Amino acid sequence: MSTFTVITRTGQVVPVEGRNGVSVMEHIRDAGLDELLALCGGCCSCATCHVYVDDDIKVRLPALSIDEDELLDSSDYRKAQSRLSCQLPFTPELEGMIVVLAPED
Amino acid sequence: MDYDCLIVGSGHGGVQAAVSLRQHGFAGSIGLVSDDRDLPYERPPLSKDYLAGAKPFERILIRPPEFWATRNIDLLLGNEVTRLDATEKRVSCANGAAFGYGQLIWAAGGRPRKMTCAGHELRGIHSVRNRADVDGIMNELASVQRVVVIGGGYIGLEAAAVLTKLGKAVVVVEAMDRVLARVAAEPLSRFYEKEHRDHGVDIRLATGIESFVGNDGRLSGVRLTDGEMLAADMAIVGIGILPCVEPLVVAGAAGRNGVDIDDHCRTSLADVFAIGDCARMVSGHGLRIESVQNASDQATAVAKTLCGGPAPYSAVPWFWSNQYDLRLQTVGLSSGYDQTVVRGDPNERKFSVVYLRDGVVVALDCVNAVKDYVEGRALVEGRARIAADILADNGIALKSLVNR
Repeated sequence: MSTFTVITRTGQVVPVEGRNGVSVMEHIRDAGLDELLALCGGCCSCATCHVYVDDDIKVRLPALSIDEDELLDSSDYRKAQSRLSCQLPFTPELEGMIVVLAPED
Repeated sequence: MDYDCLIVGSGHGGVQAAVSLRQHGFAGSIGLVSDDRDLPYERPPLSKDYLAGAKPFERILIRPPEFWATRNIDLLLGNEVTRLDATEKRVSCANGAAFGYGQLIWAAGGRPRKMTCAGHELRGIHSVRNRADVDGIMNELASVQRVVVIGGGYIGLEAAAVLTKLGKAVVVVEAMDRVLARVAAEPLSRFYEKEHRDHGVDIRLATGIESFVGNDGRLSGVRLTDGEMLAADMAIVGIGILPCVEPLVVAGAAGRNGVDIDDHCRTSLADVFAIGDCARMVSGHGLRIESVQNASDQATAVAKTLCGGPAPYSAVPWFWSNQYDLRLQTVGLSSGYDQTVVRGDPNERKFSVVYLRDGVVVALDCVNAVKDYVEGRALVEGRARIAADILADNGIALKSLVNR
């Protein structure tokens, strides 16, 4: 069983059991973390599921698409670690990953 | 049963109101009443991934089943509210159930407009509004070859795209002289007409429905107002919604097209708020907006107000529609525009339509042009005044035009 960790905007540390192929956004939503709006439901049409992912895990994530890259530009809180969590399907290689919810724009 | 806050409607607005109340520290009891029998789910995928079979129902649940109890939110499903007593502060339902409230948030959305012509009661004629509608479509699809989609709005076009990809022969019948006429300018309409035709969809414009014909109570054809008869195994009706506000209006709430709300989403009835598809904001834009963003952001504003920090609603509207491999993103409100500028080349399937009113940028429709969508938002927010020839120059980033 693979797990990863979500850190909320208030600093709450929440362990999450990973489900293969299901997006990190859906994991966060299903964990009942209401801070993440994910308004478009995961179709990469908004930027309300913005998270930060550690540099050392970044190499194991799918590459940033042009659309995701441009949507992230809409956030005032974009950093090098920024991703849209709906674009990150969970895989066992992401075991131990730490995902931090970005501030709300 | 009485609730400190009763929410009517389990769509995106009602759900966000409940979630947001708890998030902002609302300690009272919360009831979420809905005529829908399913756990709250996302609506946009109904005409996209869910209809296509790409996402099962469990994956479009807005929250997992166990969530509601952990937040102490009572889900009161399968109850259609038919009456509101604003004096006694009580709603009653078609099935006899009744609930009292301290504060009421009305988020009942709308019901799909139905066809009324001859044959409208035949089996095989569907709307796309809730899960049951779409399950009804999906259950029939295996024996369906020819589909007539009535209405060339977003719902109709999204359904047409999915059904075409599923191998069905699709005809879209639109009463106006272009698709998306109610919501977008002509360049966008013509682009989507061409895309659908290139994918094999037969689009009939400026054409109405004369009648439905059937065999043994089941649809077999659609007769158009020009006299032509289209063979059809299924019809999908996407001609808009009627806001569900009758109990409010009967109780004395102001409103003609939906229920009127002020900038705090208050109706004219004491302690009754309204949000989402059914509510027309009288101040500001004066419109009733049908979108997830609008429902969700209004819900959050009401929740903050009820938690003690009055929060007027002011958000730049945005919207999306996915058809085939086309990502449409809209920001702002184009209503009342007097000028449009096309930026980029529709033939390259990547362009934007910029809407101006009195020289001010009020909205953008962006097709496969996320950068314009992201950067254009600042122009809408800043009510930027920019010359058409500059907006049309795709070599100039919209970002560089902010604060000019």
